[in-house]
Amino acid sequence: MDRPGKAHANSRHADQRGIDRREFLKLAGLGGVVLVAGCASTTRPGTTDADFHFVQLSDTHWGFEGPVNPDARGTLKKAVASVNSMTRQPDFVMFTGDLTHTTDDPKERRVRLAQFKEIVGELKVKDVHLMPGEHDASLDNGKAFIEFFGPTHYTFDHKGVHFIVVDNVSDPAAAIGDEQLDWLRADLEQQPKDARIVVFTHRPLFDLYPQWDWATKDGARAIELLQTHDNVTVFYGHIHQENHFTTGNIAHHSAKSLIFALPAPASQPRRLPVPWDANAPYKGLGYRDVGTETAASTYAIAERPVA
Amino acid sequence: MRSPNVRSREVAVPSLGRRSVLRFVGTAGLLAVAGSLSVKAQPKPRIVPVVARKFTYEPREITLKVNEPVVFRLTTADVVMGFSVPDFNARATILPGQTVALAMTPVRTGEFVIVCDVFCGSGHEDMEGTLRVVGS
Repeated sequence: MDRPGKAHANSRHADQRGIDRREFLKLAGLGGVVLVAGCASTTRPGTTDADFHFVQLSDTHWGFEGPVNPDARGTLKKAVASVNSMTRQPDFVMFTGDLTHTTDDPKERRVRLAQFKEIVGELKVKDVHLMPGEHDASLDNGKAFIEFFGPTHYTFDHKGVHFIVVDNVSDPAAAIGDEQLDWLRADLEQQPKDARIVVFTHRPLFDLYPQWDWATKDGARAIELLQTHDNVTVFYGHIHQENHFTTGNIAHHSAKSLIFALPAPASQPRRLPVPWDANAPYKGLGYRDVGTETAASTYAIAERPVA
Repeated sequence: MRSPNVRSREVAVPSLGRRSVLRFVGTAGLLAVAGSLSVKAQPKPRIVPVVARKFTYEPREITLKVNEPVVFRLTTADVVMGFSVPDFNARATILPGQTVALAMTPVRTGEFVIVCDVFCGSGHEDMEGTLRVVGS
């Protein structure tokens, strides 16, 4: 197991076009992006051998106010505009939790969820998948989130890739729980061993840094289930920064936030947000464009700035 | 990451006539405690009361001696809280109206974070304490 917080490769900021096949191949050749390769290199029989890309946005914390982001009410809108400006629009958009900033007031929580829904409704791409973070769901076990967006864990398939959304936040104790783990096991049993599987979670499934609550209590059980398959990649949020880590044959990639950055794990005594840099606004913030070529069983990850 | 060298256990205190529940945290903790009990009597642990409340612990800083057995007597003044010392693989969930006893023995010196690992409200992420372990 690699050391937490150590990146396997640097990522690079691509332009706003979105990854197309030619760019994907170019990026793959350069090694300037994070390339995620499953162990197998063949396409599953009967699947569509097509390239596609999707965008991951995370930790938008709508409703947050504070000096670490003087443009808290504008950053998400800028990100939406940035995604909309891609020449080749992504096949879908995935939000990996903490859509809203937590509030103890259930009415205000719903106000924030409604405002968030309205803002992301401006995305040109209408295939939008959402999942909660602990800020959205941990104080009411996901009740308000479900009212607005439906189930907190689910699966979908796209061009030969099986996507699994795992909820590790609706339990305030940061556990997935027996019931959902049974559901995960049953779903995986339906997938061939070499199926291409992408998992979305909010918290890391592994113990990245429990001292800052960057862990999932029963995440090891989920990883054990996922290890039975050859081509599993996990994308998650929560830690407000890019991080690349491997457990066994599973690569885990955390995304940047769209509200404020957090320090690297264990880099300082307290988990305090990185201060806003007036000379470099939005530094450390951004979203992720993930391109994949089905035949190659790899993912090219390009980190994109907000503005 | 979890430290393999830990000794901790969590005990729900049978207050108010409730049936006691004994839960050991981690196999290593179970073996360590059981093994030591069979060989020699444990020194009497030091009792440290801790009250969790939105969004702090009282006391917020706790100083212990290395290798000194301790039992944290944990209560919450309001909502469900967590009390976790990840470096010693010791944690407990604190339910309102109950007292939870969390036994552990710090086996190395240093400053370690105490973190609430049960999301408890708008100030949850600021809820932490410090465990200072000094030489004996």
